[in-house]
Amino acid sequence: MRVPILKQRDYLIASIQSVLSDADLLQLRDDLSQRVGQYRSRGVIIDVTVLDVIDSFATRTLRAIAHMLRLRGAETVIVGIQPEVAFGMVQLGLTLEGIGTALDLEEGLAYLDRKAKRNLHDGK
Amino acid sequence: MTANETRVPITSEADIVTARQTGRSLAAELGFQGADLTLIAAAISEVSRNIVEYAQRGEIVLQPANRGAARGLCVVARDEGPGIPDVAQAMRYGYSSRRGLGVGLPGAKVLMDDFDIVSKVGVGTTITMKKWMRSYAR
Repeated sequence: MRVPILKQRDYLIASIQSVLSDADLLQLRDDLSQRVGQYRSRGVIIDVTVLDVIDSFATRTLRAIAHMLRLRGAETVIVGIQPEVAFGMVQLGLTLEGIGTALDLEEGLAYLDRKAKRNLHDGK
Repeated sequence: MTANETRVPITSEADIVTARQTGRSLAAELGFQGADLTLIAAAISEVSRNIVEYAQRGEIVLQPANRGAARGLCVVARDEGPGIPDVAQAMRYGYSSRRGLGVGLPGAKVLMDDFDIVSKVGVGTTITMKKWMRSYAR
C-alpha cells in the first residue's frame, strides 16, 4: 500500500497507514526523494506510529531515506516509534544514528522548526 | 503434518508481512502479550527475509510448543535453497554475505529464547526457534 505524502509549509509528512512490505518501503523512498525536489521541501516527517515491527530491512531503508533526503537538502525526522517496537529494535541492535526522531507529529514539527532556525543562525 | 500447524509459504517479499502477521496473531491467541508479540513478529520477519534473499522460496511453520509446564510458540523456517557454507560466520552479528546489515539471523536468535539452525550446502536450511511465555502481570 502506497504511503500518502502531505505537504505542509516547507515540510512533507509521510503518514504510514498500514503495515508495509519491503516493496512499499522502497516506493516510499522513491516518492519522497522525488517530492522533496518537486515541492522544494526543507524537512520530512515520517510517521511510523502504526508499524508494529521495525526490522533490519525497515531500519536500513529508513536510514537510506534520511541520508538521501539530506543530500537533497531536507532534514528527516521519524516520529511515533512505539515502545514495544523500540524495545525490539534495541534487542536487534538496530539504530537510527544520524536521523532525527521525535515522540509524535507535533514534536516532529517542533524538531524541524528548531533545525531550520539553527541553520538560519549558522548562516547556512 | 499435525492439526495445530499453521504454514505460510514464502515465495516473495510480500509473504514476509503475511508470515509475521500470522505469527503475531497466533502468539496472541496462545497468550503472549505486549513486547513479546513484537519480538516474535520481528524474529519471523528476519528469518523469512533470509529465505527470500537466499533461497527465493520456502515456508514458515508455526505451532504451539510445550515443555513441561512451559507454553510457547515454535517457529520453523525451512527452505531448500543453497544452504549456508559457514553457519558460525552467518550467525556472527554484523556479518552479511549480501547487502544486509548482518543482523537477520543473529538478531532472530536474540529475540527468541531457543534457536537452532541446521544447514547443508545444496540441500537447504532449517531454523527452529521457540519463545516461551512468561507470567504476565495482570
